Amino acid sequence: MSAVQTDLRRRRGGRDDLGVTISSHVVLGVWSIIVVLPLVWVFMSAFKSNREIISGSPLSLPSAWGIENFVAAWVDEKLGRALLNTTIVVLCALVLVMLLGAMCAYVLARFDFFGRRAIYYMMLAGLTFPVFLAIVPLFFVLQSIGVLNTLPGLIITYVAFALPFTVFFLFAFFQGLPGEISEAASIDGAGKWRTFFQVMLPMATSGMASVAIFNFLGLWNQYLLPVALNTKRDNWVLSQAVASFVSGAGYQSQYGLLFAGVVITIVPVLVAYIFFQRQLQGSVTQGTNK
Amino acid sequence: MTAPVTGPGVSGLRSGARARRKARWTFDNISFFLVFLGLPLALFLLLVIWPFIQAVFYSFTDWGGFTQEFDIIGLANYERLLNDATFKTALGNNIKLAIVVPLVVIVVAMIFATLVTVGGRGIGQTVGVRNSGFYRVVSFFPYVIPAVVSGVIFSKVFDPSNGLLNGLLPEFLRQNWLGQVSTALPASMFVIIWGAVGFYMLLFIAAIKAIPAETFEASRLDGAGRLRTMWSITLPSIRENIQTAWIYLGIAALDAFVYMHVLNNSGGPDNTTLVMPQYLFRLAFSQNQFGYASAVGVAMAVVTLVFAGVVFTINRLTGGTTRSN
Repeated sequence: MSAVQTDLRRRRGGRDDLGVTISSHVVLGVWSIIVVLPLVWVFMSAFKSNREIISGSPLSLPSAWGIENFVAAWVDEKLGRALLNTTIVVLCALVLVMLLGAMCAYVLARFDFFGRRAIYYMMLAGLTFPVFLAIVPLFFVLQSIGVLNTLPGLIITYVAFALPFTVFFLFAFFQGLPGEISEAASIDGAGKWRTFFQVMLPMATSGMASVAIFNFLGLWNQYLLPVALNTKRDNWVLSQAVASFVSGAGYQSQYGLLFAGVVITIVPVLVAYIFFQRQLQGSVTQGTNK
Repeated sequence: MTAPVTGPGVSGLRSGARARRKARWTFDNISFFLVFLGLPLALFLLLVIWPFIQAVFYSFTDWGGFTQEFDIIGLANYERLLNDATFKTALGNNIKLAIVVPLVVIVVAMIFATLVTVGGRGIGQTVGVRNSGFYRVVSFFPYVIPAVVSGVIFSKVFDPSNGLLNGLLPEFLRQNWLGQVSTALPASMFVIIWGAVGFYMLLFIAAIKAIPAETFEASRLDGAGRLRTMWSITLPSIRENIQTAWIYLGIAALDAFVYMHVLNNSGGPDNTTLVMPQYLFRLAFSQNQFGYASAVGVAMAVVTLVFAGVVFTINRLTGGTTRSN
């Protein structure tokens, strides 16, 4: 009797499972379509002529896979220039903020001195205040040191605003490293500089990689700072160039160009993501369960 | 840089500091502190803290921005703020965003994370649905697309004449999504939600995976169904993560400048999608009212802090202080 019951329950459970599994796949599948469909549409429209976009069905294949739109966006709209600017700014800022952030976090985490706690709280404040509050005076600070509307000016601003996050994450990381090793290094005669660069920094590689990924995405996506502080057309970064496709009245009629510009912007990051997605997911896990 | 990472907290400060050997005034030591602490700190003070302090000061002046002359006018800017209908509209929109966006994102991300991790077969070991890796990777796509580009994409998806959405819908459902009062704000919210769900889904997946599998098994053996398990086991176990997510999403929604600026540059029909940062930007850079713009900025900072305080209080009132361990 009880065997029959268990059997029955198991079979009912099996049918329940099937229902749950199917509905799970339906729900997740629908969301995947919502995510992917606009991207596919953008990708296909990037190959279409203006007339095709306006009169044709949105999801039809382009009649020819020509690259005129891409060429036009790259050359005429100076997207190539913007991509170069973005790469320069983001890479320089990334290297600098990782270096300065690691140094600052190391000192805060492993040395005791007057004002240490004050600096820590100041960083916390810098992390929570809206960037918007600072944007107007920042404009004049950069102007007074002569780097407004220049790439170096943008780089140091990126570094300053990415610093609190970097320091916070690495602070916990450096605290977790065993103290014996740095002591051994100093007994062996290594100075503070050498201890950091040859002993401590190599041990922090995994933490550095996680923070670097987040900083890269954050800086690559930055829009507000360049839009307020970097208004010269030749110095535009990618996000500014793409935004101008929409707000600029002249481009309203050139849909294909706009879509090609969007594709050029997202493909490098999307490809990088697909390659590095394991590391990225590892970073999220590490960042949240610390 | 708004990646949701729970900071190490103050407790880290006390247990920290190991190297307390007597500092000697050698060149190595002095140069070390000057460069390692002085350099980052100088940059941070000059470009972050100093502008913040200045902004608070300017909010008490009538500074226009172009001339060097201004008068200190006390609280006049704040008085004006209280009677400014446009500001109130913008504040209201930000508050709507800060309520709706986190709620929808967290609920949806939570459901997806549950399906991916424990939505699979119910007997024996708890497992997620098959091919969950695929859903995880795809859902995360929007996070790697810059917010401004998501905005550009959806400004075209919602385009009334040849956008994707109207192209897929039957004739009688077609709308001017971003151009009419009733749909402009919900459509804009959808774009923000689209961009955020994947990231928070990943965050919750990581949190759920950190719960020991035995806990789930025990609840299953005790006869708890899937919903019950989610409500009584999963949610309490990851409430800290949910609180963090809520704060970050709320702060992002109280800003929302990038999305709104790209989707509806002018603030939308009847200012229905105007947000505070847009208003600040307009005041500062096109109307040259830097003093008043700074007051708007200070108000934004206050609203953000109040919001964080409210979330903490709610969490504490509902029993958040009794952490599972």
